Amino acid sequence: MSWRELPARLRHGIAVLGVLAGACVAGPWMARDPTTIVEPAHAGLLPPASSRWVAELRDGSRTAAHAAQRTDAGWILSGRGEPRTIPAGAVVSVRRQTFWLGTDALGRDVLARLLWGGRVSLAVGVVALLVAVVAGTSLGLLAGWRGGLVDGVLMRLADALLAIPALFLLLLLAATFRPSLTVLILMLGGLSWMGVARLVRGQVLSLKEREFVLAARGIGASGLRIALVHLLPNTITPLSQDAALRLGDLILAEASLSFLGFGVAPPLPSWGGMVADGGEVLGTAWWLIVVPGVAVAAVVIGAALLADGLGELARQEGAP
Amino acid sequence: MGRWLLRRLAAAALIVWLVATATFFLVALAPGDITQRLADTRVSPQVREQWRRAFGLDRPLVTRYAEWIGGAVRGDLSTSWTTYRPVAAMIGEALPNTVLLTAAGLLLELLGGVAIALRQARRPFGVGDRLLTFATLLAFAMPTFWVALLLADVFAFRLPLFPPSHMHSPAGELAVGWRRLADLAHHSVLPVLAIGITGVGAIARYVRGSLLDERGQGYVLAARARGCSARRTLRVHALPNALLPLITVLGLSLPFLVSGSLVIEVVFSWPGMGQLVYSAALARDLPTLMGGTVVITVAVVLGNLVADVAYAMVDPRVRLGGAA
Repeated sequence: MSWRELPARLRHGIAVLGVLAGACVAGPWMARDPTTIVEPAHAGLLPPASSRWVAELRDGSRTAAHAAQRTDAGWILSGRGEPRTIPAGAVVSVRRQTFWLGTDALGRDVLARLLWGGRVSLAVGVVALLVAVVAGTSLGLLAGWRGGLVDGVLMRLADALLAIPALFLLLLLAATFRPSLTVLILMLGGLSWMGVARLVRGQVLSLKEREFVLAARGIGASGLRIALVHLLPNTITPLSQDAALRLGDLILAEASLSFLGFGVAPPLPSWGGMVADGGEVLGTAWWLIVVPGVAVAAVVIGAALLADGLGELARQEGAP
Repeated sequence: MGRWLLRRLAAAALIVWLVATATFFLVALAPGDITQRLADTRVSPQVREQWRRAFGLDRPLVTRYAEWIGGAVRGDLSTSWTTYRPVAAMIGEALPNTVLLTAAGLLLELLGGVAIALRQARRPFGVGDRLLTFATLLAFAMPTFWVALLLADVFAFRLPLFPPSHMHSPAGELAVGWRRLADLAHHSVLPVLAIGITGVGAIARYVRGSLLDERGQGYVLAARARGCSARRTLRVHALPNALLPLITVLGLSLPFLVSGSLVIEVVFSWPGMGQLVYSAALARDLPTLMGGTVVITVAVVLGNLVADVAYAMVDPRVRLGGAA
């Protein structure tokens, strides 16, 4: 099936997620270090698309200025106050830099932080999704295939975990465990396997009495082999659709946690944390709130379109 | 019906017990010493030992578990590590505020969602429908905390129409009767709007889908054939049936509603459950966190139960407990 024949929603979903992921993977190589602070007096809270001269100094710091001039004594940087003269030897580079998405209160480039933060947020979301899918699929296969007590215990556990609002449990865990990126991923993944397990279990229950499974049993295939070779491939379609929606949920959960200060810890940027930074200067710098929020919403929309499109694709293929 | 209800209540109790047990052991068996994380500054081992004794952390795990569960059954959720007040009392003050906020938000979500879906179903796949479909997808995708901050930014700071935080102004706190109520309403506009905006998308998408399903049904065609207007058919005939499954959806969305309101309570400093649990998490106040989690779970489980019963009451095709 060629690209054009795919359902429109699927194409849109892939395009949205692809562009975002591509920008976040490739962007940080082009963009500047997100944690480097440009001297705040000249570059804090610049609105989008404003430009400044930025001098990178030997000691690693950066200084911004409205104008820069090369003289025999060195670089003269002039801003609001007295012009500063910096010896040419102390300067690595001086160039005109445009902050397309503005800067935050500490004078950090919002575009660079958006791309770096996207890397972190997307990576956390995708790895947590993998954890959830692997754990949920194995537990669902186990519960559906074995039945009986195993099934009862696993499904009651899933019911219990589904009954707690995720954010409450995440806060409880975040307060108990020493936070790190690994713990965050395990927490997020560990709290979203239940839906996957239910889905896979349902599929297994309906498949396990079908002829091809009985036949496999008849020729003496082991339980593990039946689960992996005969049952698992038949759950892929509903599973992929569910996983796409879940990715959006996980990105939202990570953003909410980081917003509350329990997720990705600074100085590592994350979209949720960037919105929280924007909340500190409410009413003055709209771009600090709008920019990362739009990015989160775009990922969630992309994931929802992808899920819809996958469903449509399954219906197309189901109907000959 | 009676037996079904008993069975469901037993299952609900089991879930709550599982959650209470799981939260206890999760916290109790976490690696590291929690007293090390209670204060940012370095605390001497003697002081930490004192804390451990004061909080009962030096006693055996089984005793602590028995006390926690036994207390929880009797409505005693032990004492907060930060305020030294009973957790149950703190929750008792916070819970009504959250219920007030979520109930108002839910009402807005429902009314808004149904109104949007009705508008969309009038001419499906037309321009208006497509635009609204995109708008509802957008509403569904926007992070709750983001919508809350944007609302605060625009309507509390740039156009200072509404207060940005708390349930009452100092003057409103002291006032009585209508003035107090008006003050409360004024403060709740932004948080309720934030809940409504983020929730309206899911409801509208759901109701639109089931309205379109109902449109093809025989009874709708029959109503049209009898000369009923398209508008009346949609609202009087199709809508009630399209709304039925929404009861279950609402029951299942309770956890999300509570989680969403957690962030909103934090943004707007609304003194509810979310704010309580959030500040407890900041201070590593484990008893309050555990108590809050259990109480919220009880609320959610009961909510689901009520949704099931309500569904059976309004839909005569559903018989609870099957043949029994």
